[in-house]
Amino acid sequence: MLRFVARRLLYSVPVVVTASFILFVAVRATFDPLAKLRQGRDPEALRYQIARLGLDRSLFEQYVLWLKEFVRGEWGVSTRTGGDVLPMIGSALGTTLQLIVWGVLFAALLALGIGVYSAARQYSAGDHFFTGLSYLGIALPPFWCGLILIQALAVWPKQQFGLTEPPLYFVGLHSPGQSGVNADYFRHLVLPVVTLTVGLVASWSRFSRAALLETLSSEYVRTARAKGVPGRRVFLRHALRNSLAPFVTVVALDSAVLFGGLVVTEQIYAIPGMGRLFLDSMLAGDVFVLLPWMLVVALATILLNLLSDAGYAALDPRVALR
Amino acid sequence: MKPGTAAAAKDMSQGRIAVRRFARHRMAMAGLLTLVALMVCCFGAHWVAAYPRNAQDLLLGPTPPSAAHWLGTDDLGRDYLSEILYAGRLSLAIGLCVAVLSTAIGTLLGAVAGFARGWADEVIMRVTDLLLIVPAIAVLALALQGLGSSPLTIILVLTGLGWTLIARVVRSQVLSLREKEFVEAARVLGASNLRIIVRHLLPNLLGVVVVNMSLTVAAAVILESTLSFLGFGIQPPQSSWGNMLSQAAGLVGTSKSYLLYAPGVAILLTVLAVNFVGDGLRDAFDVQRRP
Repeated sequence: MLRFVARRLLYSVPVVVTASFILFVAVRATFDPLAKLRQGRDPEALRYQIARLGLDRSLFEQYVLWLKEFVRGEWGVSTRTGGDVLPMIGSALGTTLQLIVWGVLFAALLALGIGVYSAARQYSAGDHFFTGLSYLGIALPPFWCGLILIQALAVWPKQQFGLTEPPLYFVGLHSPGQSGVNADYFRHLVLPVVTLTVGLVASWSRFSRAALLETLSSEYVRTARAKGVPGRRVFLRHALRNSLAPFVTVVALDSAVLFGGLVVTEQIYAIPGMGRLFLDSMLAGDVFVLLPWMLVVALATILLNLLSDAGYAALDPRVALR
Repeated sequence: MKPGTAAAAKDMSQGRIAVRRFARHRMAMAGLLTLVALMVCCFGAHWVAAYPRNAQDLLLGPTPPSAAHWLGTDDLGRDYLSEILYAGRLSLAIGLCVAVLSTAIGTLLGAVAGFARGWADEVIMRVTDLLLIVPAIAVLALALQGLGSSPLTIILVLTGLGWTLIARVVRSQVLSLREKEFVEAARVLGASNLRIIVRHLLPNLLGVVVVNMSLTVAAAVILESTLSFLGFGIQPPQSSWGNMLSQAAGLVGTSKSYLLYAPGVAILLTVLAVNFVGDGLRDAFDVQRRP
């Protein structure tokens, strides 16, 4: 296992380096890192920055210079806020991870529940209901879903019942002056997590249903039934356990896709995470945040892909890692 | 089934069988009809829409849905239904163009990668790997910021990302098809590589390619609207469904919240219809199943 992980990490080094170089060129071609300094009319600062970033040298040398600083943890200063980039991305990542962890937990459990129900009662009214729902969930534009949820679950009940506060909040993760994991936190968390995961719940529930049905039709399940193992036990011990491996793989793979969904969700709910940071930096042309942002997200994606493969092997002893 | 029809089915070409199966798929036919209706209404908005494009009635201002304005009017007193139909032109055109272009490029590159293998395969597949590790929305936003966001650029940028999915699928299919006997037979007869790809491999890929094309339409419509919503896509005064929603986003909880629903429903309807068509195509081209 350890050798597998080491080998995979080694393989992903060239991918990351190439990707980061292309992104570096793309970002530099789009935004001028000196835009803000040029307004400042301070030739001394301008010259210093040009020398520091190596702007008078070739693009490749600039990239090497930047990568060295990135690896050393010197990520520079944001031109938008004037703060250090490293703690900025750190805190954004912390916020975002909360959304991802709760989101994946919520979506995976719900999807698995729906999948188990639908597979156990195939072609029942409930199964058809969930199938129809999943078509809707997959086709729903995520940002619109967020807006509709705010209207239906926060604003409408407040107006309708004359409440002083909406039942669910839709700005940030905490009310002013509040922190930590409490009722207030969860009242903030519900809407963003649901918005983030509607599509995932839909596709994961389809997947777990299909995976379960496939295992249920395999021969060892029939053998277990023939031996007289009780139905519930066959379902949970034999079928469910074996269809968990592909399910976990898909969950880990799709979790990486969540970083994209976060851009929309965090924008709608004004949550100061990675997605929001990306949009703010894009609008401000903040090169010093954008570059590390992309690299951090790329690394996280690669780790999740690795986790997905390792998870598959851990759950399915037939798969040998090399 | 009568014995006569079974015999007739045997004589039919693959294509005829597929068309017949598709026609029997009720949801797929409903999806196709919805899609055609949407396209006729949007591209024919000039004739269909009750009000001309951008016809303002500032004295009227925003009104909720009524008999004169089925979906109400916006701040400038424009008929919302007509605006939606006109905006749909761009949304649908972008979705369809991206799907056609990505399919063409993806099929070509996927077929080359799977057939030639070696360094061509290595290069093409590494490129698709690269595009997978950074979120699509970030790459697209960056590209649109850098290249400008005219509809044409949006189509090209979305295609630049969209071809990878189809290329992967086509490659894996070609890898297994190229080992089949009929390819060997063609080679023995002296067929060139190009002829083998065009005459023997591509017809066998039709099902996979068509299904993926429908998925790409759905993905492109959603991506375009998301990018426009975030402000990187279609810019006013041009309008698409995503950009209409972006303007309506601030209206949550106000008396004008009715403007929120229609563009989203239009996107939802389009994507649902396309997905059902895709399902129908998948079943229609599934050779393993009986007709």
